[in-house]
Amino acid sequence: MSTPTDPAVADSPKTASAGAFPDGSGVSGEPLLSVRGLKVHFPIRKGVLLQRVIGHVRAVDGVDLDVGRGMTYGLVGESGCGKSTLGKAVLRLVEPTAGTVRFNGADVGGQSPESMRRLRRHMQMIFQDPLASLNPRQSVESVLSEPLRTHGFAGNRSRRVRELLDLVGLPAGAAARYPHEFSGGQRQRVGIARAIALNPELIIADEPVSALDVSIQAQIVNLLEDLQDQLGLTYVVVAHDLAVVRHVSDVIGVMYLGALVEEAPSDELYAQPLHPYTIALMSAIPIPDPEVEERRRRILLTGDLPSPVDVPPGCRFHTRCPFRQPTRCAEESPDLREMRPGRKVACHWAEEIAAGTIRAAASAHDPTATEVGTPSS
Amino acid sequence: MTRESLLDVEDLSVVFRQRGRADVRAVDGVSFSVSPGETIGLVGESGCGKSVTSLAIMGLLPKRGVRVEGRITFDGTELPALPADKLRLLRGRDLAIVFQDPMTSLNPVVPIGTQVTEVLTRHRGLGNGEAREEAADLLRRVGIPDPSRRLREYPHQLSGGMRQRALIATALACRPRLLIADEPTTALDVTIQAQILELLKTLVAESGTALILITHDLGVVAGMCDTVHVMYAGRIVERAPRHELFADPRHPYTGGLLASVPRLDQPRGARLEPIEGSPRDTIPWTSGCAFAPRCPNRIEECTPVAPDLLGDRHGLRCVNPLRSDRPETKAVPR
Ligand SMILES: Nc1ncnc2c1ncn2[C@@H]1O[C@H](COP(=O)(O)OP(=O)(O)OP(=O)(O)O)[C@@H](O)[C@H]1O
Ligand SMILES: Nc1ncnc2c1ncn2[C@@H]1O[C@H](COP(=O)(O)OP(=O)(O)OP(=O)(O)O)[C@@H](O)[C@H]1O
Ligand code: SF4
Ligand SMILES: [Mg+2]
Ligand SMILES: [Mg+2]
Repeated sequence: MSTPTDPAVADSPKTASAGAFPDGSGVSGEPLLSVRGLKVHFPIRKGVLLQRVIGHVRAVDGVDLDVGRGMTYGLVGESGCGKSTLGKAVLRLVEPTAGTVRFNGADVGGQSPESMRRLRRHMQMIFQDPLASLNPRQSVESVLSEPLRTHGFAGNRSRRVRELLDLVGLPAGAAARYPHEFSGGQRQRVGIARAIALNPELIIADEPVSALDVSIQAQIVNLLEDLQDQLGLTYVVVAHDLAVVRHVSDVIGVMYLGALVEEAPSDELYAQPLHPYTIALMSAIPIPDPEVEERRRRILLTGDLPSPVDVPPGCRFHTRCPFRQPTRCAEESPDLREMRPGRKVACHWAEEIAAGTIRAAASAHDPTATEVGTPSS
Repeated sequence: MTRESLLDVEDLSVVFRQRGRADVRAVDGVSFSVSPGETIGLVGESGCGKSVTSLAIMGLLPKRGVRVEGRITFDGTELPALPADKLRLLRGRDLAIVFQDPMTSLNPVVPIGTQVTEVLTRHRGLGNGEAREEAADLLRRVGIPDPSRRLREYPHQLSGGMRQRALIATALACRPRLLIADEPTTALDVTIQAQILELLKTLVAESGTALILITHDLGVVAGMCDTVHVMYAGRIVERAPRHELFADPRHPYTGGLLASVPRLDQPRGARLEPIEGSPRDTIPWTSGCAFAPRCPNRIEECTPVAPDLLGDRHGLRCVNPLRSDRPETKAVPR
């Protein structure tokens, strides 16, 4: 009754299994994906007839990032900070309000529908539960051969389907089965198989393991890593589980209210977070070790994420920042600047905070600083 | 814990009878106790019976098609034997539960403030003005900014994190002696989760509330619980004081869970070690250890007779446990 793990995938040599598509992963110095000034503002309309625009949700509000070939870029941040919208805007699944996305040197924005369709083949997305939206009467065979058909795959389709199943560690017999017959982890394998069907170069994985049971998550994480090695894939991984993101990523971008506030090699982010939001975030993540938990000091944030309709002026984090200073923070918006090689941060006071000359306000707003649940006589 | 326990659950089983299909034994002989000021953790994967256990304690399972066996004693009173109205009274005053999804527990058409003050007037006998003041105070203490304005708002006007805090405020309003928190922070961001967990800790430390924390997040357990109970397929498979459980997991399932999650504070790079298969791949406890199909330590003795939960301080249900790293606990009482 055991489910297959992925022995077939684990140790096979670097065969890109290109099928009938050219494998265009020429190694060059420039990043595979390059995003500049990307904004996605959703209009909020009011009124039945006139549909007046009364404001904008600034879901993505000016993001620059580069992802090198074969690398994994992790995106983390609170719910609603714009991670998914950013991922979709890169793939042009939502239309950006401003900014450019370059993929393999080509401007994704300036494409005709036909060339966009060809480009999209190289950029795929994996979702939380990729099969949730599928027709339950569509077999895995048909799910996997559909993209092959639409993009005019020249080879033998059912052979490619078996090859894909093998790559993701599913038995060939899975082809004849239907989504509901699979467990969550197996469904995610099918979703991954569909994403790699056309031999893409870039995969944007939006919360690829968050719907899965803890014991299954590691299987999928390992599978994604193996496929990256075998197929030379480049990943952008969006997830709220920072430990998972750190495990898979080379570089991590921390988003807050639509903007990157810090970017760092993933090994350094926990060891030395520079932005106050990252500092709080890192301190908040529970670690499965009581000894560590007892020694840690938590930096608690107060209040909630402000609405992306009303992004605070100045530093977008200043309303909750425990390191906020009386000058600059509320007036001047800090740029994402390179503080030292590889370390980018958007905070006016990052140097002073790193040096320890500015400290977090001692839980002045800590909701638990007052007694809770005790008689308030 | 030498303290007298407040809640004793003994040999609890919950069986769902389903028309035309075999019965589902969702909880299967579960025992634990919790004392005032103590926090215990129930951990395990989806479907292992955590929520059904908590619903059974609260008397919130449907009456039809469900059989509850075993004893649930709260402060000397057998809960399942109580008449419905007595139980309801107890639930508003001494027992409280916080669910994962606050929308299912808050009334969508009643302002937050009314929901909190209602508890205060009904169960604590406060007057209206007094209750409003205390409600605002409670909201402030759970970290909701601008509480007097929030009191007038409806649940859908609050963010997920604020709704969960409002729900906790409602639960705290009656100063419960026992609080069951069923995945209270699973739907929330970690920064909000940290606030809520701090709040629960303070509550336990200052009011001596007994807390049952249900979660699948081992990190949350590590920081919160005195004793941890690991469940698999309706049964407790390992139980130990938290330091011991994390330093010296003995059940292959517990060990597997710990090895399969990446740790933020450790060097990256090592490959994760997943548990094989999925929680679907169980066998019924009547034909052996339910974890056997996925277990790396499986031996012949694992079937067809399921192992018992043995050991007082460190309870273990396994015939071929992981080797102990700690000499002093090597001899597992059998
Ligand atoms: N089509 C849309 N129209 C209007 N607003 C939208 C739309 N899509 C997203 N938003 C808003 O944009 C903001 C960013 O949403 P997004 O889904 O990108 O966040 P996220 O970081 O992926 O959050 P989560 O972690 O919850 O998935 C949110 O405030 C959301 O409500
Ligand atoms: N009303 C019901 N009728 C039949 N089976 C049920 C019912 N409620 C729960 N179950 C079954 O009981 C088992 C335990 O469910 P329970 O909700 O306690 O799991 P859980 O450990 O809380 O999981 P999760 O982490 O997903 O919340 C599951 O297999 C579930 O399918
Ligand atoms: S700029 Fe000011 S408010 Fe913003 S993160 Fe830095 S210290 Fe905090
Ligand atoms: Mg998202
Ligand atoms: Mg549950």
